[in-house]
Amino acid sequence: MRDSIRIVRRGRIVEIDEVQPTETLLDYLRLRERATGTKEGCNEGDCGACTVVIGEWRDGRVVYRPVNSCIQFLGAMDGKEIVTVEDIAWPDGRLHPVQQAIVDAHGSQCGFCTPGIVMSLFALYHGEGRDGPPPRDEVVTALAGNLCRCTGYRPIVDAALVAMDGPPADRFVDAMSQTAGLLQFLADGQDVFIGSNSAFFAAPASLSVLAQLVVKYPEATLLAGGTDVGLKVTKGMRPISQVIYVSRVAALKQIEDVGDALILGAGVTYDDAAGVFADLDPDLGELIRRLGSRQVRAVGTIGGNIANGSPIGDMPPALIALGATLELAHGEEGRALPLEDYFIAYGKQDRQPGEFVAGLLVPKLAPNQVFRAYKISKRFDEDISAVMGAFRFTIDDGVITEARIAFGGMAATPRRALHAEARLVGAQPARAASWGAAIEALGDDYAPISDMRASAAYRMESAKALLAKALVECAGAPTSRTRVIGRREAPETEVA
Amino acid sequence: MSAPESELPEVTADRAIHRSTPHDSAVLHVTGRAVYIDDMVEPTGTLHLAPGFCPDMARGRIRDIDLSRVRQAPGVVAVLTAADIPGRNDWSTSTGGDPILAEKEVEFWGEVLFCVVAETRDAARRATRLALFEGEAEPPVLTAEEAKAKGLRVLDDYGYGRGDVARSFASAQRRFDGMIRNGGQEHFYLEGQIALAIPGEAGDMHVYSSTQHPSEVQHCVAHMLGVPNAMVTVEVRRMGGGFGGKESQASQWACLAALGARVTGRPCKLRLDRDDDMVMTGKRHDMTTAFAVAYDSSGKILAADIDFMARCGYSADLSGGVNDRTLFHADNAYYYPNVALKSERLKTNTVTNTAFRGFGGPQGILAAERIMDTLAIVTGIDPLEVRKRNFYGPGRDVTPYGQKVEDNILPELIADLERSCDYAKRRQECRAFNTKNRILRKGIALTPVKFGISFTLIHLNQAGALVHVYTDGSVHLNHGGTEMGQGLNTKVAQVAADAFGIPLDKVRITATNTSKVPNTSATAASSGSDLNGMAALAACDAIKERMIAHLVATTNAAPESVVFADGRVSHAGGSLSFADLAKACYENRVQLSASGFYSTPKIHWDRQKAEGRPFLYFAYGAACAEVTIDTMTGEMKVDRVDILHDCGRSLNPAIDIGQIEGAFIQGMGWLTTEELVWDDKGRLATHAPSTYKIPTAGDVPAIFNTRLWDGANREETIHSSKAVGEPPLMLACSVFSAIFDAIASLKPGAVPPLDAPATPESIMRAVSFMRRSEA
Repeated sequence: MRDSIRIVRRGRIVEIDEVQPTETLLDYLRLRERATGTKEGCNEGDCGACTVVIGEWRDGRVVYRPVNSCIQFLGAMDGKEIVTVEDIAWPDGRLHPVQQAIVDAHGSQCGFCTPGIVMSLFALYHGEGRDGPPPRDEVVTALAGNLCRCTGYRPIVDAALVAMDGPPADRFVDAMSQTAGLLQFLADGQDVFIGSNSAFFAAPASLSVLAQLVVKYPEATLLAGGTDVGLKVTKGMRPISQVIYVSRVAALKQIEDVGDALILGAGVTYDDAAGVFADLDPDLGELIRRLGSRQVRAVGTIGGNIANGSPIGDMPPALIALGATLELAHGEEGRALPLEDYFIAYGKQDRQPGEFVAGLLVPKLAPNQVFRAYKISKRFDEDISAVMGAFRFTIDDGVITEARIAFGGMAATPRRALHAEARLVGAQPARAASWGAAIEALGDDYAPISDMRASAAYRMESAKALLAKALVECAGAPTSRTRVIGRREAPETEVA
Repeated sequence: MSAPESELPEVTADRAIHRSTPHDSAVLHVTGRAVYIDDMVEPTGTLHLAPGFCPDMARGRIRDIDLSRVRQAPGVVAVLTAADIPGRNDWSTSTGGDPILAEKEVEFWGEVLFCVVAETRDAARRATRLALFEGEAEPPVLTAEEAKAKGLRVLDDYGYGRGDVARSFASAQRRFDGMIRNGGQEHFYLEGQIALAIPGEAGDMHVYSSTQHPSEVQHCVAHMLGVPNAMVTVEVRRMGGGFGGKESQASQWACLAALGARVTGRPCKLRLDRDDDMVMTGKRHDMTTAFAVAYDSSGKILAADIDFMARCGYSADLSGGVNDRTLFHADNAYYYPNVALKSERLKTNTVTNTAFRGFGGPQGILAAERIMDTLAIVTGIDPLEVRKRNFYGPGRDVTPYGQKVEDNILPELIADLERSCDYAKRRQECRAFNTKNRILRKGIALTPVKFGISFTLIHLNQAGALVHVYTDGSVHLNHGGTEMGQGLNTKVAQVAADAFGIPLDKVRITATNTSKVPNTSATAASSGSDLNGMAALAACDAIKERMIAHLVATTNAAPESVVFADGRVSHAGGSLSFADLAKACYENRVQLSASGFYSTPKIHWDRQKAEGRPFLYFAYGAACAEVTIDTMTGEMKVDRVDILHDCGRSLNPAIDIGQIEGAFIQGMGWLTTEELVWDDKGRLATHAPSTYKIPTAGDVPAIFNTRLWDGANREETIHSSKAVGEPPLMLACSVFSAIFDAIASLKPGAVPPLDAPATPESIMRAVSFMRRSEA
């Protein structure tokens, strides 16, 4: 058991024994280190001005990923390298290729978002296997979590492509073996507990210790990616004094392919899961691409997105439509339930004191099943859904024999559309007349509310539209005729 | 391009102007070493402030505030209320009524009632939540329509016109009526409002403020403290964005920081949390615009009657100027032979709306473009052709406010863009696409911008600069403008370097400071380079004149033969380095420091009579946008944008292109994704970037071409350049018109009732209307 955290900072190991339970990484950098290059823009993980890069030792290499330091807790940094905008130029003052390219492309104006943008691009620069410029849309996706109000982004994207013309060559490449050594040294498998029984930051290393802690401190806040808990601190100013960080537990980060299903640990991040979900269905890949930002997906977990019970989380409807099963753990015990049953009411989930979300079983699609997922939001990238619809149709000989439909944003919880599902059995996607009743049945399934994201009327109207769109696509309409983004066909096969 | 080469000033390769020099802070930006106020090393003992407000009142009277729990909270040093203010409790710059700390009356949700001073920012913020309020809330007035019905105004109506509009309508055979609503817009400068006040001796106060208007902050702080202006110094090195949001609205936070410093005797910093910033500071005016237009069979407008109803919020702030500018741009680029324009400035229980890039102009231009789009539908003429027919031109060249349009380059500019973006062919392609697609529809639009340059409050059109030449030939440059990312300092430094013929890196740009250049105007109205560039040039010229006089006296050089170039000063008899000349001047007791001053010529405006020449010139531009919409969900993607914009002879093409692209995307955000929502209790529901969506990189069209129109300004501006900050924002009307065009394809002849912002829901409302009228 350690009562301190250890991080790699500028090539050295730094041990920090004073860690407040909810102290943010940004406050540590700006107030304690006085490293003021990293900015606070929104204090809720949405604008990216505070982006720093964390380095981790994973699968035999140093992996660099951007995070929003404003909602990352300092304690969660244990065992990681922290890289900030001040650190990446060469010691002799020569700029990092990303920095130089932004200067050359006139990619900064007021400059306040620039450190965060530099760091997001630094992470992309060190992307796995990159040895040349990524596709433009990959750069754009990498920047989705970095708001710039001045430039209009074009010169920044151009700069990124110039900077990444060749393979990575910077001081971090030169120091890679040393960094790898330090990070491996820090991975000591020790449990971390800083503070007292009443106020602490705990970062257990094993599943069993995690389970014990959750039982011992049933009121403690469970922290995974922090993209939700962080806001409770920075915006809600909630007095959270007991924090148990779950993401050091390796057992929760496993992804296992068992043939007809995937088993995911609750600590699997969106980033880690993106590939396997995209393989399940391209719509799942696109859903994850649009979920939050690179900074959010780097640390945010599928389990956390479920555990927090949000009615507008994007993964639950998709997972419910896929027929996922949730696994909960309590001490040494465990239980499983259909994911939809976990969500009882707004702010209320089927999680008992001492229990935690451990994992998820996600059935793969059978050859006779079709999946579709759509997200409607005011902005395509890094926005919260007004309506999110997911559909799995089992189709035999052109007739729907089973339908699973789930929506987010239509009720106080992610919820199935049982009426519409029932009406779809026997319908034929190719015959619109056969599914008109199912569309209307959504009116029996949901009574959405009006809020800042959409009116109730629009929510209902677009939910119906999404079901219709899914059916039209099932009937064979190419998505180049049905969607403005997230098309499933390769661009060259698009129908004009 | 179309301007003959001979008209262009001769540019030598090594001149500092007309060249794409990087932003002077670019290297500092990318390394995190650019210092913003929150990054400054804090003086020992610095305290932190956080403002508090009543969480459940948008309108009403506070009977009692119990601050005892606030005062007892950990780390709290003081709690400021109105009673602590020694001088004037008002940060208003216009007609008054903007309390720094409200006493009893609450006029909007978020109005500051007290301010906590604590050892840490976190302690201050947490303590604000502990106040207890007693009082009576009243139902807030939230919409312009409601305010109008109740007769609530922050300022009197204003309007003007020309000709006999009533008779024109009576005799015209063709007319239409319409309405368009536009939402407001949050500035979302990445650096929020911030001020750091350091108390000095004998009541002096030094304030670092992230403001576009240091002089006004100085005056507000001095009035608040009840001390002469001369005792307050305001300094700003740079802002992390402004966009108008720090023109008047930085003052309140600077006043609170200064009040905290006065009360505690310690340095005080106030940095608003993002949510507080969005709740407590004003935004672009949302408006409802009603119009009636009479036209002839050729699609030419005969008469236009336009009424703008603006939601101003609880007080006047800059609403007078903003709404005046809406009227100045209700014509955009079009000639209305007979016209009646009216502006209503309505009072609501919402935050006081303020300057935002374009300053009312965007709302006027949006209405003009809707009129054109409607005209195209009712006449069946191509929307671009209808626009061309209504352009200002010979014999049709006087604006509704009486200024003659003398510099109209739009016909050539539009023709150039029309060719380069292949408008006609792509319009056909969009039509063809629409006949083959039911769910997805494409739209395309090419729209112009004509934007008047000058403050319409005439006395603001002045600027000062201070230039020192040191004996090593380096130059200290200071001027009254502020740097908010727009590259003003770079441009003015280019002007100074060019004037002295020295490399740009010999010019040291320094923080804007009210003790160096006094009585300045806000850096606003796109005027920064026009005004401060000229003032700096005047200062440089004054020093050069003395240097030349010294050369003439010591070498018999002919004054007109002296050339400052390449770091040297040459004349018929020889040459020496600029540094050597500076040193020689010093040794001969020649003053190497000068202030410069500029006031814009030619302009005058009689608001009462609504006549004059409010603008020195117009800046022009045009954009063509192509979009695809999903008629099932209302989702929309901008596929391609082509821009051709007029910066005169650009001082710095790279910086100008940055302004154009950035303004365009910002304008596009205003018209598409950025939606402000207040709930029925008057609480702003969209007070963070999680709920208020400015464009991301993914919203930028995949094809995005921007070109500069290369023609000199015909007016005598700084090196024949033109202002660029605001005008290109309104190029984004092309996106809105393209969406309108896509929706219009659903039912030829019907006018889509599309309101801004064109969110998926807004687009679906218009689509549903078209589908209903289809049936």
